Amino acid sequence: MKRTVQLLTFFAVMLLSAAAFAAEPLKIGALFSVTGPPSFLGEPERNTAQMVVDEINKSGGIKGRKLELVTYDTAGDATKAVQLANKLIKDDNVLAIIGPSTTGETMAVIPVVEKEKVPLISCAAGSKITDPVKAWVFKTAQNDGLAVIKIFENLQKNKINKVAILTVSDGFGASGREQLKIHAASYGISLVVDDTYGPKDTDMTAQLTKIRGSEAQAIICWGTNPGPAVVAKNVKQLGIKLPLYMSHGVSSKKFIELAGDAAEGIILPSGKVIVADQLPASDPQKASLVGYVQSYQKLYGVEGDHFGGHAWDAINLVRRAIEAGATTREMIREQLEKSSNFAGIGGVFNFSAQDHAGLTKDAFVLVRIKGGDWQALD
Amino acid sequence: MNLSDQLLQYILSGLSTGAIYALIGLGFAIIYNSTGIINFAQGEFVMFGGMLGVYFFHKQGLALPIAFLLAVVVTALCGVLFERFAIRPLRRPTPMNMVIITIGGSIFLRGVAMIAWGKDTHVLPTFSGDEPISFAGATLLPQHLWIFAITILLIIGTKLFFSHTISGKAMSACAVNRRAAGLVGIDVRRMIMFSFILSSAIGAMAGIIIAPLTMTSYDVGVMLGLKGFCAAIIGGMSSGLPTVIGGLLLGVLESLGAGFSSGYKDAVAFVILLLILFFRPQGLFSRGSSERV
Repeated sequence: MKRTVQLLTFFAVMLLSAAAFAAEPLKIGALFSVTGPPSFLGEPERNTAQMVVDEINKSGGIKGRKLELVTYDTAGDATKAVQLANKLIKDDNVLAIIGPSTTGETMAVIPVVEKEKVPLISCAAGSKITDPVKAWVFKTAQNDGLAVIKIFENLQKNKINKVAILTVSDGFGASGREQLKIHAASYGISLVVDDTYGPKDTDMTAQLTKIRGSEAQAIICWGTNPGPAVVAKNVKQLGIKLPLYMSHGVSSKKFIELAGDAAEGIILPSGKVIVADQLPASDPQKASLVGYVQSYQKLYGVEGDHFGGHAWDAINLVRRAIEAGATTREMIREQLEKSSNFAGIGGVFNFSAQDHAGLTKDAFVLVRIKGGDWQALD
Repeated sequence: MNLSDQLLQYILSGLSTGAIYALIGLGFAIIYNSTGIINFAQGEFVMFGGMLGVYFFHKQGLALPIAFLLAVVVTALCGVLFERFAIRPLRRPTPMNMVIITIGGSIFLRGVAMIAWGKDTHVLPTFSGDEPISFAGATLLPQHLWIFAITILLIIGTKLFFSHTISGKAMSACAVNRRAAGLVGIDVRRMIMFSFILSSAIGAMAGIIIAPLTMTSYDVGVMLGLKGFCAAIIGGMSSGLPTVIGGLLLGVLESLGAGFSSGYKDAVAFVILLLILFFRPQGLFSRGSSERV
C-alpha cells in the first residue's frame, strides 16, 4: 500500500512538472536605469513593465504561455548596460529586450543586439537611435524633433521669431539643442541666445540675466528635473515676462510640485498621458491612456506618467508580435516591423522597414500649466 | 538693460550662492581645526539638513520654524553619531585613513538618505513669499535676504563662540596643540565631538535655507561639499572671516563665469582650487601657518 502511494506521488509529480515544462514562460529582458541620475525614467518604466506583464499573465498569458520579465538595473551607466545586455542575451536567453532608458545607453547597446540579432525596443528619445534605421532596433519614446516642431508651430502662430534657448549639458539637452537648431530656420525663427547649464546646477540667474538683456521674445528651456524648475523660479525672480517654453522632459506632476507658483503659464509639449481625461472620446489613444493611468494609480498610488508609457508601449508591441504568431527573435523582429495602427501611450505607432520610430508629431499635445494642473492647448 | 545692471545681477546672485559655500566651508574648517580631519561628509550634513527639513515639513506637517529646528538638531545628532562610530574608534589615525573614512561615511549617509526618502528631488516653501525685490536694476528674492541674514548671524555667532566662551577657547587650544591642550586639562575628545556638532548644525542650516531656491535631493551633498571645501581652501582653513570671504569670492566668480560662458561655471571653482593649492596652499589671506582659528 505504502509503495503504491509512493509510486502514485512520483507519477503525479512527474506529470505536474511535465505540464510546467510544456508551458515554459516566454522570456523578455528589460534594461532600465532604476537607480542613478535617470531613475526618474527607469523607475516608472520598470514599474509599468512589471505591471503590464503581470496583467497579461493574470489573464492567462499569450496563447496559454506566460510571460517572464527579467529586469536589470543599469544605474544609467552605458558600460553596465552593455554587460547586462550580453547577460540577457546569453544567460537568460530572452526573446527581445526593452529599454534602456537613456539615449546614451541605447547607443552603447545597439552594436550588441545587432551582432546577436535580438530585437531591442528602446525607451529613450534620441532621434539617432532609429535614424538611420537599424534592423533590430525600434523605439517607443517620441523623437525630440517632434516636440521641437510642436513648440515652433506655436511660436509661429504667436508671431514670435527671436528666441533664447537654454539647454542642459547632458545627452537629453544636447539632442534637444541640435533639433532646435535644425528646425529653427524652416519656421523663420532665429536663436538669439544659445546657452547651456549643468545638470546639477542650482542657480541659472546668470544665464537668464544674459537672456533678459537680449532681444529674445521667448525662452525655450530643454532639460529634465530639477534644472527646469530652477529656471522657472529664476525667471520669476528676475521678473522676466517673456513666455517660457519647456520640453517634454518635465511633463510630470513632479515639475509642478518643484517649481510651485513659478510653473504657472509655462507651455510644453507632452505625450497625451497627462491630459488623458481631457481628450475627446474620439481620440484613438483614449482607451489605452485612461486604462494605463488608472491601473498604475491603483497599483503604485501615483499617476502613471509619460515615461512609464514608453515601457507600456514596448511590452505591448512585443505582446502583439507574439499574438501574431512570432516565437523566435527573428519572427518578433519581422512582426514588430509590420506593427501598424497600434494606439499606445506615446502615440499611434506605424512601424515599417524604413521607420523604426513609428510616430508623427500628433504624438505630442501642447499643454499649459494652469492652477497647478495641465491644460491642453489644442 | 545695460551691462552694469547685468553685472550687479551676477554679483548679487553670486553672493547668495557664495554665502552657502561660506557656511559649508566654515563646517570644514571647524572640524579641521579641532581634529586635523578634512571631513568629506560635510556636504552630506548639508543634504541631511535639507532633506530632514522637507521630511518634517511635508511628511510630518510641522510648521516651518519647528521643522527647521528639528532638522538642525537631528543633523547635529547625526554628526555626533558619525564622530562616535566612524572617527573615534580609529586608534592611530593617519590623514589617509581619515580621508577614506569620511568619504566612506559620506557614501553611507547618501545611501541612507536614498533609502529613507527616495531619489526624488524635493522642495521647501520660501520662508517669506517669493515676490521679487528690485534693487538698482537687479532682483532678489526674500529668501536671499534670509540667506544673507542667517549667514551673517552664524558667522558672528561662531566668532563670539571661539573668542568669548570657555568651550570655544578650549577648542581653539586643541587646534593649536592638541597634546598641550590635553595636558592643561581640556577634554580633547569632548572638544572634537563639539566641533562635529557645531559643523553639522551649521551645515544643516545651510541645507535648509537653500532648499527653497535650489531644491534638494539625496545627492546634492557631493557638489555642495566640494564647493564648500574649495571655499575653505581659499580661506586657508580658517574658521573665521577668510573662509567666508573665500566662499563669497567663489560664488561671485562662478556667477560671472556662468554669465560669460555657462560651460565653465564649475570649472571656475576647480581651477581656483588647483591654483590655490599650487601657489598659496596656506590660503589666500593668511601669511604663515600659525593662524588657523
